[in-house]
Amino acid sequence: MMKELLKKLTEVYGPSGNEEVIRDVIRQEIEGFVDEMRVDTLGNLIAIRRGRGKKVMLAAHMDQIGFMVTHIDEKGFLRFTRVGGISVGNSINRRVIFKNGVTGVISYEGEITDIRDIKFERMYIDIGASGQQQAESMVSIGDVAVYHSTFSENSGRYVGKAMDDRAGCALLIETAKRLQSSPHEIYFVFTVQEELGVRGAKTAAYALDPDIGIAVDVTLTGDTPKSRPMAVKLGGGPAIKVRDVSMLAHPRVRSLMVSRAQEAGIPYQMEILETGGTDAGAIHLTREGIPSGVLSIPCRYVHSDSEMVDASDMENGVKLMLHILEGEIEI
Amino acid sequence: MAELLKRLTEVGGVSGDEGRVRQLIRQEVSPFVDEVYTDRMGNLIAYKKGKGSGKKVMLCAHMDEVGFIITGIGEDGMLKFKVVGGIDPRVLVSKRVLVGEKGHAGVLGIKAIHLQEPEEREHAVKVKQMYIDIGAVSKEEASQAVKPGDYVVFDSKYVEFGDNKVKAKALDDRAGCAAIIELIKQEQRYGFDLYACFSVQEEVGLRGAEVLGYSINPDIAIVVEGTTCSDVPGVDEHLYTTLMGKGPAITIMDGSSYANKELVGMLVNTAKNEGIPFQFKKGASGGNDAGRIHLARKGVKAATVSIPCRYIHSPSSVMDLDDYKNTITLISAFLKGCEL
Repeated sequence: MMKELLKKLTEVYGPSGNEEVIRDVIRQEIEGFVDEMRVDTLGNLIAIRRGRGKKVMLAAHMDQIGFMVTHIDEKGFLRFTRVGGISVGNSINRRVIFKNGVTGVISYEGEITDIRDIKFERMYIDIGASGQQQAESMVSIGDVAVYHSTFSENSGRYVGKAMDDRAGCALLIETAKRLQSSPHEIYFVFTVQEELGVRGAKTAAYALDPDIGIAVDVTLTGDTPKSRPMAVKLGGGPAIKVRDVSMLAHPRVRSLMVSRAQEAGIPYQMEILETGGTDAGAIHLTREGIPSGVLSIPCRYVHSDSEMVDASDMENGVKLMLHILEGEIEI
Repeated sequence: MAELLKRLTEVGGVSGDEGRVRQLIRQEVSPFVDEVYTDRMGNLIAYKKGKGSGKKVMLCAHMDEVGFIITGIGEDGMLKFKVVGGIDPRVLVSKRVLVGEKGHAGVLGIKAIHLQEPEEREHAVKVKQMYIDIGAVSKEEASQAVKPGDYVVFDSKYVEFGDNKVKAKALDDRAGCAAIIELIKQEQRYGFDLYACFSVQEEVGLRGAEVLGYSINPDIAIVVEGTTCSDVPGVDEHLYTTLMGKGPAITIMDGSSYANKELVGMLVNTAKNEGIPFQFKKGASGGNDAGRIHLARKGVKAATVSIPCRYIHSPSSVMDLDDYKNTITLISAFLKGCEL
């Protein structure tokens, strides 16, 4: 069931600033499992399950990284700027797709002798247009393309684009669907523009003013050949964040997550991430400060067109989130 | 119109020292608005009540410019300084500057080329190699004229030249300030309340706008900027950020915000309906006050309209007066058609 949901979510278009389509898909999925829904000024989808206990904000970002068209030349080639953390190495000769279905190939001026010399200013998107006029009939300046790749599965490992952070969105949707009873007021927030600097989470947290915040996002792993050392691996269970660049997880939120995992016998791992941050970085600094933590989904090849997550980590992540929400929360 | 630009660009106002610019703007706008006030950060807010809805529209341009601050005085009377905001050090050598409140004349100096080591000649000049020479021969003499903490601005006159072009310092963002002042002077009252904001410390991190977004908490915001224009020899066409003379530049995305698409659509439709030339700003580096304003409180719909300026952050920026006028025309028409 999670597999189908994850396939659906990862194959939907939704680069930062253009989350309309993915938002509608998520809205349809979660409809009926919450008491009310609204979309705020920046475009965050806020789904609320009413309750009298603690106000709990759960955040997963809807947006994915992409390529924005800045120029269309006389031969019909597109120049672009990055939307979020696109890397050169993950982009050369990859296929991309625009909202309207136009596909393209990313390439580079001239020959590549050393990938370290490549600048985005020298890269382009080829949409197969025969000239400027045809290209302009297919795409416009400001249009954003995303990686074009399909979802696949081998023995409980899922591969696809935008696992960052549709895996988090899927985890929250599944949590909302399975949650039987909770004393708390729960805000399922599907945020915009995380990849551009955790922007949606900032305004949503201000508006909701929760007692506790938990972001759900992917994290890196240290389990591939000669990878940078990191004590997180695929299949080791959901990761409980200790710190990343944007925050130190609040110790009580962290210990809440750890103790619920232990009580329920759910495998988990502790995460210390040396690059990057999540929505919790914005949430925890809102207003007077909001105790916040992160439930992370281990993910290989983050920000490529083929990100890999583990089915059991997803399932255990949902279980852990349910255990957190079903009990009392002392902060 | 040009006379206002001249006065605004010739006055000094490095980030943190916007007082003279603020005073000038206050005098200009006071007769045309219901209230003018300065907030704790030094932002100037001119308020014009509307005819009804009580909705709030914010226009924002920053008063500050890039420049320098004196950090010390050497025994030889030469001044040590630090750069305020982003300036390419290569534009600095031999430029004239004005130091301190009284505007003591100075020159950005460096040792002559024949005295430089071969290795030094190979590399672009660094700021730390330079000093400001105000003609003093001793620390004592220099100390009578200036003190550490004094601000320094480029000494550059407003000049009209060529085909409707102007050259001046600080077009980023006095051009935006001037445009908003012209908009205020139009006797129009709108359906919404208008907050014309002139912010401080944009060049050192969008700081004034951060508190403006929170305090004004507008329904929509339009930032008016003097932005980069790189349509010059040696640059590939696809790397031009904006083109001079092609009209106001509407931002889709920059480093600090993704412009609200509804507002961008309204601006584009206004331009098309009114026959006003416009362009989209290419590239996504840099940021402006919209980056802070759109994230204020529960979020604000924000967009940016920019006037292309070549050689930005130098003593001699160049702008096309038609771009300037068309920017005013576009925002004016947008405001008139804006129903909240």
